Amino acid sequence: MIWNSWNDFLAMGGYGLYVWGSFGVTVLCMALEILWVKNARAQALSQITNELVAETNSKEWS
Amino acid sequence: MIHKLFFYASPQNFYPLAGKLWPFFAALATALTVWGLWLGMFVAPTDFQQGEGYRIIFVHVPVSWMSMVIYLAMAFWALLGLTFNTRLSGMMTQALAPTGAIFAFLSLWTGALWGKPMWGAWWVWDARLTSELILFFLYLGHIALTSAIDDPRRADKAGGILALVGALNVPVIYFSVKWWNTLHQGASVSLTKGSSMAQVMLEAMLIMGVAFWMYAVALALYRVRSIILIRERHTQWVADLPEVRAQTMKNAAGGANV
Repeated sequence: MIWNSWNDFLAMGGYGLYVWGSFGVTVLCMALEILWVKNARAQALSQITNELVAETNSKEWS
Repeated sequence: MIHKLFFYASPQNFYPLAGKLWPFFAALATALTVWGLWLGMFVAPTDFQQGEGYRIIFVHVPVSWMSMVIYLAMAFWALLGLTFNTRLSGMMTQALAPTGAIFAFLSLWTGALWGKPMWGAWWVWDARLTSELILFFLYLGHIALTSAIDDPRRADKAGGILALVGALNVPVIYFSVKWWNTLHQGASVSLTKGSSMAQVMLEAMLIMGVAFWMYAVALALYRVRSIILIRERHTQWVADLPEVRAQTMKNAAGGANV
């Protein structure tokens, strides 16, 4: 192990802001992208089913 | 083999394949990220010149590589689409663009955070940085262009041409550190000269590169399924999908009260 303590690890030899700023924003972007694609799929499914339901309803009425 | 490829060029056949494949790539991405970060953050030694600041390399280089690789992948699908007029190609190009844009942004972001302590500047108009910024704008332009055209087939054509023309920028980024005098350092890894880094640093960086590659594949496969659903929503096979049927039943039951 190259670190003596957690504080040592977090400080990154004085480069903490730069190192964690890089890793943090990367993690954030990836997490947001995953939520975004999951949401897009849910929206696509609900759009399709709404249209299908509307279609069958209009067929029943005519 | 060729026959198989054309079989999966049909959105109807690719949809279930992508559904089976993405969890596999996501699992690989997760496992490799854990391994790569372990090596990079806990095993790799301190750099004799840059101290601990060099550890930004374990995200900066992978995201920058992927920002270029994804654009080349888009150009590849665009070429297929424009040549064979296959529908899936345009959908793949569209599915890749947002992930590429995010990686290009992260490349600039992590680069700025690395440039500040090492060069004393967040940003310089250096050939490497400027061509990467152009790549980021090409991704945004692609997304804007394809979403501005209503007819999906025409959007695919226009987007495909932009992807192909824009791909010329990728070798410019890659070779910029050789062609011009740049503040940005030269390649740490080259095919001809090998690596100028310590073995474990190099390993960690390569593992993170593969991990982000797998992440990009998983995300593109996941995203293309939504694109396929929307574009093929008037077809019987979409109506017959178990996930669509399940939700239709739910909606129909809810809709009866309205």
